[in-house]
Amino acid sequence: MKTILKTENITKFFYSPVEFKALNNIAFEVQQGEFLSIIGKSGCGKSTLLYMLSTMDTEYEGRIYLDEQLLTGLKQDKLARLRNSSIGFVFQFHYLLPEFSCLKNIMIPALKLGKYSREEIEFRAYEKLKLLELEEQALKPASKLSGGQQQRIAIARALINEPKIIMCDEPTGNLDSKNSKIVLDIFKQISKDFNQTIITVTHDIDFAKASDRVIEMQDGEIINQNLKF
Amino acid sequence: MKLFEKKIHIGVDYEIAFTHISARKTQTFVVSLAVAIGIAAFIFLNSLVIGFNRSSDESFFKVMPHIRIFMDDKISMPLLQDDTDQYTSVIVNPKITNNSKKLINPEKIAEQLKSKEYVLTAAPWLNINLFYNNGISQLNGSSSGVNILEANTLFDIKSTMVEGDMNQLLSTPNGIILGVGIAENLNIRLNDNISIVSSLGIIKVMKVVGFFKTSNSVVDKTKSYINLSIAQQLMAQGPDYLTDIYIKIKNPNDAPKYISDLETLSGYNAESWQTANESAQATKKTRAVMMGSISFIILIVAAFTIYNIINMTVKQKLHDIAILKAQGFASKSVVKIFISEALIIGILGTIGGMMLGAFLIKILSKVYIGGDIGYFPIQVEPKIMLMGLFVGLLVTLIAGYIPARGAAKVDPISIFRN
Ligand SMILES: Nc1ncnc2c1ncn2[C@@H]1O[C@H](COP(=O)(O)OP(=O)(O)O)[C@@H](O)[C@H]1O
Ligand SMILES: [Mg+2]
Repeated sequence: MKTILKTENITKFFYSPVEFKALNNIAFEVQQGEFLSIIGKSGCGKSTLLYMLSTMDTEYEGRIYLDEQLLTGLKQDKLARLRNSSIGFVFQFHYLLPEFSCLKNIMIPALKLGKYSREEIEFRAYEKLKLLELEEQALKPASKLSGGQQQRIAIARALINEPKIIMCDEPTGNLDSKNSKIVLDIFKQISKDFNQTIITVTHDIDFAKASDRVIEMQDGEIINQNLKF
Repeated sequence: MKLFEKKIHIGVDYEIAFTHISARKTQTFVVSLAVAIGIAAFIFLNSLVIGFNRSSDESFFKVMPHIRIFMDDKISMPLLQDDTDQYTSVIVNPKITNNSKKLINPEKIAEQLKSKEYVLTAAPWLNINLFYNNGISQLNGSSSGVNILEANTLFDIKSTMVEGDMNQLLSTPNGIILGVGIAENLNIRLNDNISIVSSLGIIKVMKVVGFFKTSNSVVDKTKSYINLSIAQQLMAQGPDYLTDIYIKIKNPNDAPKYISDLETLSGYNAESWQTANESAQATKKTRAVMMGSISFIILIVAAFTIYNIINMTVKQKLHDIAILKAQGFASKSVVKIFISEALIIGILGTIGGMMLGAFLIKILSKVYIGGDIGYFPIQVEPKIMLMGLFVGLLVTLIAGYIPARGAAKVDPISIFRN
């Protein structure tokens, strides 16, 4: 087993409208290939934590390591490159680019990375579409798909650069139970088959039950590193 | 390998910009059109200024040289000069002294002037006032005593000749070339005789060897050319007597630079055409300021339309910007995307504007005004075209950069939270 993500005493303050400690001494580790859920009441700081782990928020105390590399203190451009190559995102909303086809949406992060030729990237994007059973939708504009399909396209996009970690903030929050189940199955599959790490914030109990480990948060602190149901 | 990577990076940013633009073709067209009109107006107005200035300079250079060497009028001094403050001068009669205009040893000075590398021609010149008589008809006018070949290099007299042969003045000592207006008014034909009377009352009978016609009707009604020696005789002076030396230089705009050099060299006064033509210079400045400010205002409006559409795009695309940044697009990529969008519009508009401007200029240059101007004095100026291109792109970059920088500053977290 290999530690892919590690935090040391993460503390976060917000200063407006009033000074407020959103996170207090968050310390945990995530293993490679682990499917980790974070649960807790609304407002307890789950999203705030995720934004830090994902390098988008750099204003915090403490340290974060990704695959043994210290992220804390790196320059914005460097962090952008790391996000591009090593972290995939799925949000509650899909945030697909409406003018582009589904295929193009998936290809964009890979085109930015520039590791493969355009043809290779297109081929890989089709592979991801197949994985998510959406290859028929490839050339449709993203805006023409149903909500569940759009979220699956967003997942394919998060997977395209084969990131070390996929981070999700309530990925099924907008989906019906059928679509939620599809998304959950995909996540289980990629953590098992591809040994990719998944960290997901969720309110969905089924989702939490299916994951390898559940962290419970309350008022900006971790109150349970391995919640059992 | 590194290079290859870089190339692909540029590619995807451009691709996004291009997709944004082509998703809103009508808007792009309208904004480009606004830019095109701005650039066309800029090119048109500035070409107009150049055209007018050139035409006024040209008409000026038909009668005046780039630089004129002359003896300035001297005011007579008190006869009894006292150096102390105790007494007042008693004999004072300030007036212009006689003989003041005479240049001493002019041929030698002219030779010296010609040796300067920036001087193309230095022509001895004797301007006199006279009357033209034919029978009982009499006309007031002026004549230039010249070497006609030198005069021709200055004023291209040959091209203005409508009848007769300019070179005949060389073989006809008492020949005269008349403006067509004089010939008409006095009813004179080629090879007729005409008598002229100088201000000293000296009369000469001259043989008409040719007529010239300039675009200036006043010149045509008063002006003539005669041989220098005849002019000197009319002033009852010897072969040393001149009023001016007319100088043509390589670049007329440099004239003021050479004045002090020429004054030292000749020992007389030198005057540039810019000084001699001060009122026209003031008109030029007024024209430049006027057209400059109009085209500036139009450009500001064009810039604002670009700013506006890019700003609007950024506002509408906050989600897209947030997700792109989350996926690892750096701030400079985001800037590049929106600057590229501005540039696509700006390049379309600028090229359209250059074509529209050239088209307007072509049309206007075919309009005949008549009089001393002839065709409307405007033509396609390559320099202004390039300036239009440069200004168009500069304005686009500035107008695009401001909202693009705003886009790069978008904080994705604040977008995702909502
Ligand atoms: N930008 C901000 N400024 C001030 N307070 C914030 C800001 N973002 C989040 N918070 C506060 O931090 C706490 C944690 O928020 P969040 O991480 O979104 O909670 P969760 O995702 O667990 O529902 C909440 O009380 C929220 O109001
Ligand atoms: Mg949240």
